[in-house]
Amino acid sequence: MSAIPKPTRVYYFGTCLVDLFFPDAGMAGIELLQSQGLTVVFPQGQSCCGQPAYNSGYRADALKVARAQLELFPGDDPIVVPSGSCAGMMKKHWPDLFRGEPDEAKAVQVAARVWELTQFLVHVLDVQLTDKGEPVRVTWHASCHAQREMGVVEEPKALLRQLANVELVELKREKECCGFGGTFAVRHPEISAAMVGDKVADIEGTGAARVVSGDCGCLLNISGALEAGAKAARGQHIAQFLKERIHGR
Amino acid sequence: MSDARSSILTKLRATRDAHPLPPPASDFAPIEAKRWPPEERLPRIRRLMEAVHTEFIDATEADWPVVLREFLAREGVESLLYAPATEAGKRLVEGWESAANPTLIPYDRPLEDLKPQLFESIEAGFTTTRGAIAETGSLILWPTAEEPRTLSLVPHIHIALLRTDALYDTFLQAMREQGWAQAMPTNVLLVSGPSKTADIEQTLAYGVHGPKRLVVLVVHP
Amino acid sequence: MDGNAPDFAAASRAALADPQLRGNFRRAMDGLMSKRAAQFADAGEWTGVRALAASVRLRALSKLPELLEKLEETCTRNGITVHWAATTDEANAIALDILHRVDAKLVVKGKSMVTEEMHLNAVLEKDGIEVLESDLGEYIVQLDGTMPSHIIMPAIHLNTKQIAHLFKRKIKDAESREDAAYLTDLARRVLRAKFQAADVGMSGVNAAVAETGTLCLIENEGNGRMCTTVPPVHIAFMGLEKVVEKLEDVPPVISLLPRSATGQPITTYVNMISGPRKDGEKDGPREVHLVILDNGRSSIYADPELRDTLRCIRCGACMNHCPVYTKVGGHAYEAPYPGPIGKILVPQIEGLAKRGAMPHACTMCNACVEICPVKIPIVEIMGRLRVEAVKPGGAVKDGGAKASRTEAMVWSGWAAMNASPTAYRVATLAMSKLGNAAPSSLPLLKEWTNVRTKPRFAGRTLHDLARAKGVPDV
Repeated sequence: MSAIPKPTRVYYFGTCLVDLFFPDAGMAGIELLQSQGLTVVFPQGQSCCGQPAYNSGYRADALKVARAQLELFPGDDPIVVPSGSCAGMMKKHWPDLFRGEPDEAKAVQVAARVWELTQFLVHVLDVQLTDKGEPVRVTWHASCHAQREMGVVEEPKALLRQLANVELVELKREKECCGFGGTFAVRHPEISAAMVGDKVADIEGTGAARVVSGDCGCLLNISGALEAGAKAARGQHIAQFLKERIHGR
Repeated sequence: MSDARSSILTKLRATRDAHPLPPPASDFAPIEAKRWPPEERLPRIRRLMEAVHTEFIDATEADWPVVLREFLAREGVESLLYAPATEAGKRLVEGWESAANPTLIPYDRPLEDLKPQLFESIEAGFTTTRGAIAETGSLILWPTAEEPRTLSLVPHIHIALLRTDALYDTFLQAMREQGWAQAMPTNVLLVSGPSKTADIEQTLAYGVHGPKRLVVLVVHP
Repeated sequence: MDGNAPDFAAASRAALADPQLRGNFRRAMDGLMSKRAAQFADAGEWTGVRALAASVRLRALSKLPELLEKLEETCTRNGITVHWAATTDEANAIALDILHRVDAKLVVKGKSMVTEEMHLNAVLEKDGIEVLESDLGEYIVQLDGTMPSHIIMPAIHLNTKQIAHLFKRKIKDAESREDAAYLTDLARRVLRAKFQAADVGMSGVNAAVAETGTLCLIENEGNGRMCTTVPPVHIAFMGLEKVVEKLEDVPPVISLLPRSATGQPITTYVNMISGPRKDGEKDGPREVHLVILDNGRSSIYADPELRDTLRCIRCGACMNHCPVYTKVGGHAYEAPYPGPIGKILVPQIEGLAKRGAMPHACTMCNACVEICPVKIPIVEIMGRLRVEAVKPGGAVKDGGAKASRTEAMVWSGWAAMNASPTAYRVATLAMSKLGNAAPSSLPLLKEWTNVRTKPRFAGRTLHDLARAKGVPDV
């Protein structure tokens, strides 16, 4: 991890799923960063990283959407994203997507400044969290792209372990995909259902009251399946979980 | 089909030249770095091979034929196929009483003339080795005109003579130090245990098609 | 090749409905993943040897035409007859020619994925030649009249009970015993007679060494050695990518292949063949033939991105780690190569009209990429094939076969909405306010809500909340 000096100002890229389905988690991420004394800038012109079209084979459409984000982050300040998958799209795939385009250099410059939220909290801000919440058992769901594109494996668990009243029980198959996969979930609904079924069983096996994750695609999938199956555990974005813990609710 | 040959090669060459791929350097250091102190090689080989059901018996240069004969007699083995023209084969027959068990059968004919006996009645085969490899616990077999390939393949028990002066750290080291690339024989084998399979529900079973038992006769100096 | 496109979705539904099958795969793959992980406990060793093996494969590809010519030269010098086949039909014809010339009645085969690609067994049987698979797993699926469900463990979809039942039905005098040792011994007895009687032995090739004219085969059972040693004629089949430059390039590949595949440090046998029986030698085949098959590989090679597909050493680890493969098993793909490598290789060989759906049977989780011992960017190639499937005139056979005007319009509309802040604001506002009223019976939502509750729009977007809380915009 190439750590950078602690900045005073960061950009926040909220992602489309957070925008529509998990805005409170998005705000929690902003507040966590603000609580560390940072100025957080949320460019109102932002929409989506372009991943859905990119992964569906419609690269020109993905490029059009990605391009619309490029000018929103002038300067050198880091760009923090509360999603491993969208961060991975920007950091890893934008340079490919813009290859040979006139704004390739710009895209490469922006991509290099992208951080996944927990990665930024741990490696750049070195946050120390004080837990004010009630005792609770949780488990961590690692998103595939956070792990394998952003290299985020230990960071979120390290943050959860800072919380005195939180017991973290790891999943047996922490590294296994939950079956969301963007359009995969609707192209292959039965396979996706089998995958999330295995994931739900793994979560239940931990006895955790909450499954915490850093990616809203996974959360839509896993929380939806937990609810539909009338399971006791609930899904929550890590930003919101951390914010609640340090505020004691 | 020579037109297939030229069309394939022409296409490969043209497309490669259109998008050349610079040959990357190969750094063999990660394999070269695998070293064991000489005294640890044999115990490691033994541990790895025993883990996959290989048996070991110890002997010396002076007594190995006797040790082998007694082992086979104890195991109730009645026939042993061997290579009569090799040094080891000659040592083996010396002092082997003609009535003693097992009966020695020389591999002195082409396979075609030995097939029924080889497949249907001979119980054990005896070969030398050209050393062993510590990293993976593997014997190096170097079949020759005198010591045929099927000696170590068809009989239910394969006895392999291993001298302790040819133990290598890795496959790479063995092939370099023995100069394999200069003159490969018809067949070279690494053998790391008796024949095995896990094709039935991941359950390990020994003796599928090759030898059911592999016995390494270690000859200590 | 038949013109009917295999229906992965339908086949996978059938597989998912079979709890026995799902249990068999889940158990087997969990075991294989943990055994592999134990073999690579030393991260530094894994990184170093993996980089070396990847470089060996890339170097071979960088000199592919020259190395194939060199291989032909050294093999020929060693007495091996080399044949070239542009298509599977040509490869089958070459095999039949040899078999007819030696008047072969019985062929025994070691594992060879290339011959699966060729549907060789069916061709030989049609010609009246008895052909017997001798790898235990292949033998089981052949008896069962099905296809391998995994490239390394062909019968992994069956459990002991099912195999015992199969043997009882198909093998004379078989006892009804659910015991792997008994069943293995039974197969040994049947096949030993066949090895002894076979006119021709066939095999694949794990690596062919250009420098020395050597064919390397790895296996555990000894059937590969039987097929390549006992019958008077040996025919080996290889995809043209299987060549390596030097003999020293073999150890890195052998170091990673069995560890990745089955979690064993090495296979029982590493068999290196450099020619037929020489004068004075007492055994070994009198003829050795090498059939080098293209079957679309030269087209894959032509594209600098897709070329990486040809690095593959066929360890099957990508299958073991694929969450989709683990759920549906190998048969659902209805292809010689299932799982991640199959999803990129088969569409390139057979074309996107027939196989355009395969690259979508993937969540792009990258588990395969993480463990691939030769670092094939499987998911990047998957993404590229998704592009080719909807883009006519590209580099892949039947490019554009999956182009759909409706889908293109949807994405175009999506792009228009997300590329304009105003359109985005209007659209997200509408979705926030009205989205929850959408009935679960709508297409896509219906599939989603089979096992999940409907996603709930939050009512206010993050854009709204940030503005309301005074989060600066610039």
